[in-house]
Amino acid sequence: MTPEAPVIDVVGLTKVFGHKTVVDHLDMRVAKGEIYGFLGPNGSGKTTFIRMLCGLLRPDDGHGQCLGFDVRTQAELIKPHVGYMSQKFSLYEDMTVRENLDFIARMYAVPNRAAAIDRTIGRMNLGRFRDQLAGTLSGGWKQRLALAACMIHEPRLLLLDEPTAGVDPMARRDFWDEVHKLAGEGITALISTHYMDEAERCHRLAYIAYGHLLATGTVQEIVAAERLVTYEIAGPQLYGIIDAIRALPGVEQVVAFGVTLHVSGRDADALARSLAPYGAAPLTLRQIPSNLEEVFISLMRKAVV
Amino acid sequence: MVRVFGLSPVRFAAMVSKEFTQMRRDRVTFAMMVGIPLLQLILFGFAINSDPKNLPTAILDNDRTAFSRDMATAMKNSAYFKFTKEISTEAEADELLRLGRIQFVLTIPQNFGRDLVRGERPVVLLEADATDPSATSNAVAAIRQAATDAFNRDLTGPLLPLRATDGPVTLRLHARYNPEAVTQYNIVPGLMGVVLTMTLVIITSLAITRERERGTMENLLITPVRPVEVLLGKMLPYIVVGYIQMGLIIIAAKVIFQVPVVGSLPLLFLVSFPFIAANLGVGITFSTIAQNQLQAVQMSFFFFLPSILLSGFMFPFQGMPEWAQWIGSVLPLTHFLRVVRGIVLKGNTFADIVPHLLPICLFLLVSLGVGVKRYRQTLD
Repeated sequence: MTPEAPVIDVVGLTKVFGHKTVVDHLDMRVAKGEIYGFLGPNGSGKTTFIRMLCGLLRPDDGHGQCLGFDVRTQAELIKPHVGYMSQKFSLYEDMTVRENLDFIARMYAVPNRAAAIDRTIGRMNLGRFRDQLAGTLSGGWKQRLALAACMIHEPRLLLLDEPTAGVDPMARRDFWDEVHKLAGEGITALISTHYMDEAERCHRLAYIAYGHLLATGTVQEIVAAERLVTYEIAGPQLYGIIDAIRALPGVEQVVAFGVTLHVSGRDADALARSLAPYGAAPLTLRQIPSNLEEVFISLMRKAVV
Repeated sequence: MVRVFGLSPVRFAAMVSKEFTQMRRDRVTFAMMVGIPLLQLILFGFAINSDPKNLPTAILDNDRTAFSRDMATAMKNSAYFKFTKEISTEAEADELLRLGRIQFVLTIPQNFGRDLVRGERPVVLLEADATDPSATSNAVAAIRQAATDAFNRDLTGPLLPLRATDGPVTLRLHARYNPEAVTQYNIVPGLMGVVLTMTLVIITSLAITRERERGTMENLLITPVRPVEVLLGKMLPYIVVGYIQMGLIIIAAKVIFQVPVVGSLPLLFLVSFPFIAANLGVGITFSTIAQNQLQAVQMSFFFFLPSILLSGFMFPFQGMPEWAQWIGSVLPLTHFLRVVRGIVLKGNTFADIVPHLLPICLFLLVSLGVGVKRYRQTLD
């Protein structure tokens, strides 16, 4: 595999459960060393897509490669090089931190197992929980243990499915620092998340909804491509005017942000005309750059229509 | 709003309807709720027969006269005996009893007819396999009546006085293998098979289901582990558990129940292997079908019920109707009971029990095969 070849390169990947197409002809390319953010509403097919990449689910259609191996036929060759972290904590709660890591290391036939375990425990600062049952760890430490377990065999690709759900901001920051460190070592990571601050820490993003890929690119590219114009209205008693603003021509979404309203739409002229009356005292009106969240909500609405 | 003792009818109705909805959704539980009573009804009502009839009997007729044939016919008419084999030597009789092919051997001596007419009350020998006392007791009672009735037609005119109160023939009973008719001798070795069936099937049926229910299956499947490694890795610890259970029961049998162990214990341990593995195979198969641990336990009971009722553990196998015997013959416990009782009570050798081992091995192959085939390496 040449360094230029993408780590993930799939075309038309599809998964059908019963009558429901959960992932509908999805294409994705992820380059080596990239931190690739994977976003989308609940039930949009993120987990299913990740599971197809690493052989946990068989694709119903589509083809492509992951780490140079065919995703349809060579799942067994992909597995040894992938570190996968599931949404739900899936290590053994009735085993200690060390026992869990030892089990995983054995599964991957990690050489110099004892040393590898010690190194991983040290790196993830799990030393003081070494002999504690995994089930008794707090959410943040469980997540660190899960990350430790999925990197103990030094994988080339990390597939992390909402790794920071329900974890406090401090632990999330530590976690992302660790991911960036790993990316610096040449490991590629595909991470699904709902957090916008995490999305902004990714090199590239993909946004999917209802099985369809809606946008890809860097944060700036995605925001620019959506051509969403946003105004901020500030002033007292804003709650009473939300419904009135929502009904105006050109207004696509209204979001309350603390003591301000963010009003967005893609038709810049219509939006400007509609909002002009709201610039009068006691209200203030000004145009602001659209943020990622507004863009994603806009993308999601388009997908529903 | 009407309230009865603080109970809101609306909330109460909502609860009831919710429970019914969930019950309907959980198809397997629903099937079990209907299936288990039906199964019990059928098994207890029809298959179980504490007064077993048509017990297989071999006849060693050294007389071959009208009188000896009358004796056999009367026994047959009692409905307790069914003559399945005609033999010519004592050795053959021993062999058939030891292998459990027949329940009784009737030996009619030479000159039986002549002695009968002479009023010498000839001796008829009935040898019974008494490992299971309940299988034989009623039949033994019936033969006394049969021996008296048999000759009423023949003993007329000058022979009439022979219908004496003592009866025209002397009946000699020989209870083999468990002469004192101690029920424990039969139950305790059998219990070994029952305990192994119950615990091993339940434990292994939970093994994979638990992984799936707790979400740990996902982490296991993502590793390069092979299905055979998972399945055998889960079975091996329980094989050890099975042997520990066997050891405990054997100790209990000897120490507490004083069951005489006639045969070889190492042989018993050796030939138990396919039986233990067969039960684990069933458990593994269940665990690939069950959606959750509760279903796995329910399925285990669905297997356990016919095993305990149709195997000859609770009720004599020979006393069941033919269809029940067919079902029983499929179950590994049926054959294992014959192996255990054969070795412990009759001193059976390896060659003797091979015919019972083969069906167990066949069952093992099928159950394990289905389990391996159904085991999914993906979450599909």
